[in-house]
Amino acid sequence: MQPPAPALDAMTTTAGFLLVLSIVIPVAGVLLAFIAGDRYVRLIACAIIPFGLAIAVAILVALPASNGPLVYLLGAWPPPLGIALRADALSAVMLVVTAVVISSVAAFAATDFSPAATETRAPFAFWILLLAIWGALNTIFLGRDLFTLYVALELLTFAAVPLVSLEGRSETLQAALRYLLFALLGSVLYLLGTALLYGRYGTLDIVLLSHRIGTEPAVLVAAALMTTGLLAKTALFPLHLWLPPAHAGAPAAASAILSGLVVKGSFFIIVRLWFNVMPGLPGFAATQLLAALGGAAIVVGSVVALRQERLKLLIAYSTLAQIGYLFLMFPLALGGTGQLESGGALAGGLLQAVSHASAKAAMFMSAGLIYARLGQDRIMALGGVGRVLPISVLAFALSGVALMGLPPGGAYLAKEILLQAAAEKGQWWWAVVLQAGGIFTGAYVVLVLAHALAPANEPITPDSPAPRIQELSALALALCSLSLGLVPWEAYLSIPHGVAPDKLGPEALSKALLPILGGAVVAILLGRWECPPGRLSRWKALMVIVGQVRRAGLTLGAIVEGCDNVLRQWPAACISLLMLAALFGASMLLSF
Amino acid sequence: MSGPTVFGLCAAVAVGLGLYGLITNPHPLRKIIAFNLLGSGVFLLFGVLGRRGAAASVGNDPVPQALVITGVVVAFSATALAIALLLRLFQKTGSTTLSSGAPPNVSSDPSGG
Amino acid sequence: MNIATIFEIVLAAVVLGLGIWTIAVRETYSATVGFVAYGLLVALIWVRLDAVDVALTEAAIGGGLGGVLLLGAAARLRDGERTVAETPGMVTRVSAVALSALTTAALAGAIVFLPDPAPTLAPTVVGHAWATSLANPVTNVLMAFRAMDTMLEKVVLLLSIIGVWSLAPDNAWGGHPGPRHRADPDGILVFLARLLPPIGIVVGIYIFWTGANHPGGAFQGGAILASMWVLAIMAGLTDTPPVARRWLRFVLVAGPGLFLLVGLGGLWFGTAFLAYPPALAKPLILGIEVAMILTIAATLGLLLAGAPERSVK
Repeated sequence: MQPPAPALDAMTTTAGFLLVLSIVIPVAGVLLAFIAGDRYVRLIACAIIPFGLAIAVAILVALPASNGPLVYLLGAWPPPLGIALRADALSAVMLVVTAVVISSVAAFAATDFSPAATETRAPFAFWILLLAIWGALNTIFLGRDLFTLYVALELLTFAAVPLVSLEGRSETLQAALRYLLFALLGSVLYLLGTALLYGRYGTLDIVLLSHRIGTEPAVLVAAALMTTGLLAKTALFPLHLWLPPAHAGAPAAASAILSGLVVKGSFFIIVRLWFNVMPGLPGFAATQLLAALGGAAIVVGSVVALRQERLKLLIAYSTLAQIGYLFLMFPLALGGTGQLESGGALAGGLLQAVSHASAKAAMFMSAGLIYARLGQDRIMALGGVGRVLPISVLAFALSGVALMGLPPGGAYLAKEILLQAAAEKGQWWWAVVLQAGGIFTGAYVVLVLAHALAPANEPITPDSPAPRIQELSALALALCSLSLGLVPWEAYLSIPHGVAPDKLGPEALSKALLPILGGAVVAILLGRWECPPGRLSRWKALMVIVGQVRRAGLTLGAIVEGCDNVLRQWPAACISLLMLAALFGASMLLSF
Repeated sequence: MSGPTVFGLCAAVAVGLGLYGLITNPHPLRKIIAFNLLGSGVFLLFGVLGRRGAAASVGNDPVPQALVITGVVVAFSATALAIALLLRLFQKTGSTTLSSGAPPNVSSDPSGG
Repeated sequence: MNIATIFEIVLAAVVLGLGIWTIAVRETYSATVGFVAYGLLVALIWVRLDAVDVALTEAAIGGGLGGVLLLGAAARLRDGERTVAETPGMVTRVSAVALSALTTAALAGAIVFLPDPAPTLAPTVVGHAWATSLANPVTNVLMAFRAMDTMLEKVVLLLSIIGVWSLAPDNAWGGHPGPRHRADPDGILVFLARLLPPIGIVVGIYIFWTGANHPGGAFQGGAILASMWVLAIMAGLTDTPPVARRWLRFVLVAGPGLFLLVGLGGLWFGTAFLAYPPALAKPLILGIEVAMILTIAATLGLLLAGAPERSVK
C-alpha cells in the first residue's frame, strides 16, 4: 500500500536536514556530557556550541534561497500521521539569536562553572541544563506539531527550574518550587487546549489546523486555555508571581539565560498560536486585552523595579516590564477581524524580543560581575563601582541604553515600527504606552548608573580582579544588542519602508532625549536615593518642592508595590489566571 | 448518555477539582496531588476523544493513546522533581510553605519577593 | 440505558467521589492514599475506554509508582504538617469554586458539542502498519510515526534525573540517593521483596516483549521492572547505586542515545531522520525498545530514590 501523495508544504525541502541537526546537536551534547562525567562537561558543552551556532547561521543563510519556509518531515511521514519541522523567517531569527546569547553566556560562565576537583555538582548541572535549554528552544522555534511543542515546553521548564535552585539556598529552593508548580499549571492548561483541538479537527499539525480551523466552541475554549497557560509560563502581569525571586536568586549566568531566552520560548508559542494556528480568530477585544496586560506589566514592573534595593531584583522586575512590551504588537499586527494586517508590527514585536534577549542577558552578566567583586549588590552601596569595574559598568550602561530604545539599538527600530503601526491604525493609546515604556526603562537605568558613577563613600577594594573574558563577553553582547538596529532585517522581516531611515542621524538622536530626560525625572520622583547632607542647600526651595512631589510619588509607588505583593500570593495568582482565561474566552466570543 | 460522554464529563469535573485543589490547598504536597488530579482529567479527555474516534477495528484512536502515555511519564517526572525540591526545602528549613514570608533559618540576605 | 452505561456512571461517580475526598480531606497522608486508589480506578476507566496500553501505563506509573512517590513524601513531611498555617479565606475559596466550576462547565460544553462522527487518525495508523510490521498501533505511533516526541520525552526523563540530582548537598554529590532502608529480616516486607522480584521481572519483560503486537510496551514493562527494584531497595536487600558510577550513567543514556543513533542512521543512510527501512523496522524498533526499557526502569527507580544524600566515602 503506497503512502498518499504529499500535499504542498508537506515535502521535505532541501537544506531541511539543517533543522534536524539544530535540535539533535544540543541533545547529543546533553547525552555525551552526562556520560562523560563531571570533569568533561564544560569541555563538551563548549565544543558543541560552535557547531550549533554554525547550523543556526546556515539555516539563516539557506532560508532566502528556498522558496518559502524550510520544511522537514520526521521519519518521512507527512502530517497528520507524522510530525514535521518548519523554519520560517521568525524561526530563523530566533535560532540565531538564541545561539549567539548562549555562546556569550557560555563564555561568561566558563570561569564561574569550571569543574574543580572538589565541587563538581554545580558545573555538571549547569552545562547540561544549558545545552538542554538550547535544544528545547530550538524545538520550540522549529516544531510544527502542537504536542511536540508541549514536550519541548516541558523540557524547557525541567531545564530551567534546577538552574534557579543551583546555589542551593533555601529561598531559591522555594522560588524554584513555585516556578515549577506554576509552570506545570500553565503547561497542563496548554495540553487541555491541545486535546480540544484534536477532538475537533483530528490533527495537531499547525499548518493543517490553520486550514481547517473555524469559529467553534471547542476552539474558543482551547484558545482561551492555551493562551492563558502560556502567559503563565511567560510571566505576563498578573501571572508573574514566580519570576522576580527565581531570576534574582539564580546565579548570574543562569539569570541571563532565564530572563533572556527561557521566557521567549512560551512567548514564541503564543505568537505561533495567534498568527499561524488560528489566524483571524481572536478578534479585536482579545488583542486589546492582551496588550492592556502588557501595558499594566510595563507600569507595575517598572515602578516596583525603581523601589528595589538589590540590583538583581531590579533587573528581574525590569524583565517583567519588558515582557509586557512584547505583547504590545498584538493589536497593531492583527486587524479588526484578527487577520494579520501589518507584517511590520509582527517584525517590530520580534525585534523587541531579540533586542531584549541580548540586552537583558548582558545586563544580568554585568550585574553578576558587580555582585561577585563587591560581595553584595545593594544599589545604594554601588558608589564608586564605576571607577573600580569600568568595563562591567559600561556593559550595564550599553545594555540599558539598548533596552531603553535608543538608536541604533534593535529596540529603537522596533519602537519606531510599532509607533508607525499605531499611527496607521489610529490606536494612539498604544503609542502613549510605548513612549511611557521607554521613559520607565530609562528611569531605572539612570537610577543604577547614577549610583554606580557617583563617588564612593569609602573606597572599594574588590577581592580579586574580574576575569577579562567575563567582562568582555558581557560587553560584546551589550554591543551586539545596541547595534541590532543596523542589521539588514529586510531580507527576513517585512520592515516597512521609510521607518527610521538614519539610525544615527540628528533626528534619531533627538528622539533619544525623551527616554533619558523623562527617565531621569521619573527616577528622581520614584526611586530610592540617599539624601546628600547639606550638599544641595543652595537649591533649598527646589528641593522642598521636589521633596513634596517625591513623597506623593513614593506613596504611589508603595501602593503599586502593595498590589504587586498581593498578586504574587499563590491563591491570588491562580485566581487571576482563571479569571484571565474567562476574560479571553468572553472577548473572543464577542467577535464571533 | 453514551459511555464516552459520561467519562468526558468525569474528565471535566476532574479538571475542575484539580484546579480547585491547586488554588486552595496551602501545602505544596497537596498542590502536587491536585496537579496530578488535573493531569489525569486532561488525559481522560484524550481517552474519550480516542474512544469516539474508534475505527478500522481499533477500539480507541492510537494517536491520543500515544500522547497520553507520553503525558503520564512527563507528569510523573514532574511530580518527582517537585517532590525532590519540596523535600530538600523541608530538609533545609523545616517548613513547607510556598508563601513569600521568609522561612525560619534563612540567610541574612533576603532575595525578596 | 443498559447495564454497561449504569456501570460506567457508577464508576465515574466513585472516581469523582475519591477525587473530591482527596482534595477535601484534612490530612495529607490520607489524601495520598486516596489518590492512589483514584489512580487505580482511573485505570479501570481506561480499560472501559478500550485503551489497554494506557490503562497499564496509568496503573503502573500514574497510580503505582506515582503513589509510592507521594506516599514516601507524605511520610517524610509528616512533621511539617503543623507549620503550614495559611489556610485560604472565604473569598479565596468562593472565587476558586466559582472559577473551577466555570472551567468545568466550559469544558463540558466543548465536549458535548464535539462533532459526530469524530475525526480520527485510526484508519491512517492502521493503514500504515506495513511500515513497521508491528501489530500494536499504539507502539507504531510511539516508535515510528511520532518517534521524535518519544525521543524528546526520554530526554525529559533524563533532565528530571539531573534536576533531582542537582539538589544534592555538595558533600553528598556522587553518592547514594535516598536514605538507607533497613527492614526486619524476618518481616513480611523482606519476604515479599525476595518473592516478588523474580516474578515481576518476568512479567515486566513479557509485557514489554508482547507490546509489539498486543497492548504493552517498553514504558509499562519498564515501570514494572522499576517497581521490583524499588521493592528490593525499600526492603534493604540492595542499596541505591552511587550516581557517579559510569555504568549507571550509560544505562540512563542508553534509551535516548540509541534512539538518536538510529535516527541519525536514517538521516545518513536512509530517507529521513527517524525513518526505518521497512525490512529492518521491526528489529530496529525492538532494539531501541530494549535500550528504552533499561533506561526507563533505571530512571523511574532513581526518581523514586530522590537526590543523593549519602556520600560514597
